[in-house]
Amino acid sequence: MINPSHAVILGVLLFSVGLYGALRSTNAVRILMCIELMLNAVNLVFVAFSRLRPEAMIAGQVFAIFIMAVAAAEAAVGLAIILQIVRQRGVVHMDKINLLKG
Amino acid sequence: MTLLENIWTVPVLPLVSWVLITFFNRRLGERAATLGTATVLGSFVLSVAAFVALVRHGAPVSSGGLWLSFGSVELSMGLTVDSLAAIMLLVVTVVSSAVHVYSMGYMHGDRRYQRFYGTLGLFTSAMLLLVLADNFLLLLIAWEIMGLCSYLLIGHWFEEAWPRMAAMKAFMTTRVGDVAMMIGIWLLFSRTGTFNIVETTKAVAGGQLSLAMTTVGALLLFGGAIGKSAQFPLHVWLPDAMAGPTPVSALIHAATMVAAGVYLVARSYGIFLGAPDALLTVATIGGFTALFAATIATVQTDMKKILAYSTISQLGYMMLGLGVGGFVAGAFHLVTHAFFKALLFLTAGSVSHAAGTLEVHKLGGLGKKMKVTFWTFMVGGLALAGIPPLAGFWSKDEILLETFITGHPALFWMAVLTAFLTAYYMTRLACLVFFGPPRDKHVYDHAHESPRSMTGPLVVLGVLAVVAGLPASPLMGKWLVKFLDFGQTLPGLMTGAGHTLAAGGTEDGGIVLPIALGAAFLGILIGYTVYGTRQIKRESLIRAFRPVYLLLKNKYYIDEIYLAVFVRPAVRLAELCGIFDNKVIDGAVNGVGNATVAVSAAAGEFDNTVVDGAVNGVASGTMAAGQRLRRAHTGLVQSYMVAIYAGAGVSLAVLLWFLFAR
Repeated sequence: MINPSHAVILGVLLFSVGLYGALRSTNAVRILMCIELMLNAVNLVFVAFSRLRPEAMIAGQVFAIFIMAVAAAEAAVGLAIILQIVRQRGVVHMDKINLLKG
Repeated sequence: MTLLENIWTVPVLPLVSWVLITFFNRRLGERAATLGTATVLGSFVLSVAAFVALVRHGAPVSSGGLWLSFGSVELSMGLTVDSLAAIMLLVVTVVSSAVHVYSMGYMHGDRRYQRFYGTLGLFTSAMLLLVLADNFLLLLIAWEIMGLCSYLLIGHWFEEAWPRMAAMKAFMTTRVGDVAMMIGIWLLFSRTGTFNIVETTKAVAGGQLSLAMTTVGALLLFGGAIGKSAQFPLHVWLPDAMAGPTPVSALIHAATMVAAGVYLVARSYGIFLGAPDALLTVATIGGFTALFAATIATVQTDMKKILAYSTISQLGYMMLGLGVGGFVAGAFHLVTHAFFKALLFLTAGSVSHAAGTLEVHKLGGLGKKMKVTFWTFMVGGLALAGIPPLAGFWSKDEILLETFITGHPALFWMAVLTAFLTAYYMTRLACLVFFGPPRDKHVYDHAHESPRSMTGPLVVLGVLAVVAGLPASPLMGKWLVKFLDFGQTLPGLMTGAGHTLAAGGTEDGGIVLPIALGAAFLGILIGYTVYGTRQIKRESLIRAFRPVYLLLKNKYYIDEIYLAVFVRPAVRLAELCGIFDNKVIDGAVNGVGNATVAVSAAAGEFDNTVVDGAVNGVASGTMAAGQRLRRAHTGLVQSYMVAIYAGAGVSLAVLLWFLFAR
């Protein structure tokens, strides 16, 4: 029987995959995708906890909706930034983009 | 009536000219002379009207009011027109007008033409104010303004050293007298509680002051008069004051300002009457100065200097007249002298304008070339010598008469001797300048008659020098004497002497007239024998009286004595003070300065090493830390991300530990 704890475990796994991808990959688009993955993992955990703790009403679900909206905005802004970086500098690899090196 | 109450308009008019000339100096240009002359002529017209009004009114008129009050003391300030003031107004405005017109020619093209006229206006205003002042304080203010104007005008050509020094000398010497006068005024104020002259006089007459106090007060007031009227021993400034322009000498140093001292004595005559010793001092100093200055005048060779010593001598005469109790005689001589001495100075100016020099031994024979100047000089000179019926005769005779009938034989004979000397030196001057052969061909050829603006005032003053004595002569029933009479001005104060003239009797003074005339004619005769016909050689006279000649030539060495007794010690004291100042005071000041520098150097060192060290240390520490820490900033987003997640992980771990492990 699948219960909410399975969903939490899945969320942790998905988050870890996203984190690994975000830290290890150099392609900016792929990093953005990994961040989306992490956000969705968090969404999953929120919804699962919403089910686990009915006394908190549906706060977890509301948070999930919020995160979806914010993620959409973040994806639009992030993609626009990446597009501009590519136009300006001709690269999409984050290890080449280190202007703020101290 | 209304004019007499608004008499302030008379002194204010020239003041307006001064203010306007001061503010619109450049813009006015030559028109400054017109403005100055117009205002003084306005004052003259008002003075004539005031005189007529006063004669009609017949009693002094005062105007003014409370000036200030502090505590229980209330000071009033105002103007009074009485007979003396009304006559002085006429004298001052007439002479001032003449000088204003005369200066248009004489000062033409001068560098400071406007300033000259402005200062003349201020001076005239101050003199008129002094004449009208009804209290000592206002009188003193006007007195000092005149001193300032005198200083400015003597030093008019201040580019040269001589006028500069003369101006300083005049100012400093009169200052000695002024200090005495100021003390006297405060002394009288402290005893009577008023500055008002009439009230002070009443207090003296009413016996509010002790005899000693009255005497001291009167003598201190006379001190001011000694300075201003150049009486011995403060006479030294007046001959040097001739460094100023000649019209200034005529107005200030012959007719008006120097007469202010005499006027002061006349104004405060009631106080002097309460102190017979003071009055006797006035007479003695006056008589002595008259003779003393006349002797010096006989050997001077500068035309203006001769006239200056003559002025001192005549001022002494006035003092003598006042001092022996002849209030009217002294005041009357003041009036006539103002006219003929101003005239003489203006003729001297005319001579210097024409010939370029005033050294009498370089002049000569100018009578033929300068007709108007010559004739007016002769009128003035004869008036001064006391030849009837000219103005000087009447006033001089009155003084001699007063001196004789009040029983001062020594002073009387001194005055007679002075009259003789006066006639002598005026004859000498006339012979050397206007008669005889020209001594300096170049000067003679250069000479010419002065322009109309200069000869006009000469003629006016010449006429006045003839007729000014008549109102006091028996020919007009001694009208002026009755008008001026002190008893009329201040009723109930007259004590004896002055009344004899007013009463019209010569009593046993019938012998005075022949003596006076004899002295005058003898003087002229001897003068003419030496300098006119040369029957007595001048050189042989000098040889015969060589020590006397040298003594007179060097003006009794008074200047040298003052230099040795007052000036040099003062300079030496100043040098000593200077040394003290340089060594001790400057030493202390420099010591404090040096100590401050040392302390601040130490403080600076502390600041540089300790404070700056700390500040720099913090800065360089921060820099070093920054150098280390900058490596953390790789610029790679993912390394930051690692740090964020590592931080989040650590935080989570700590949180969990706090929540569950304990």
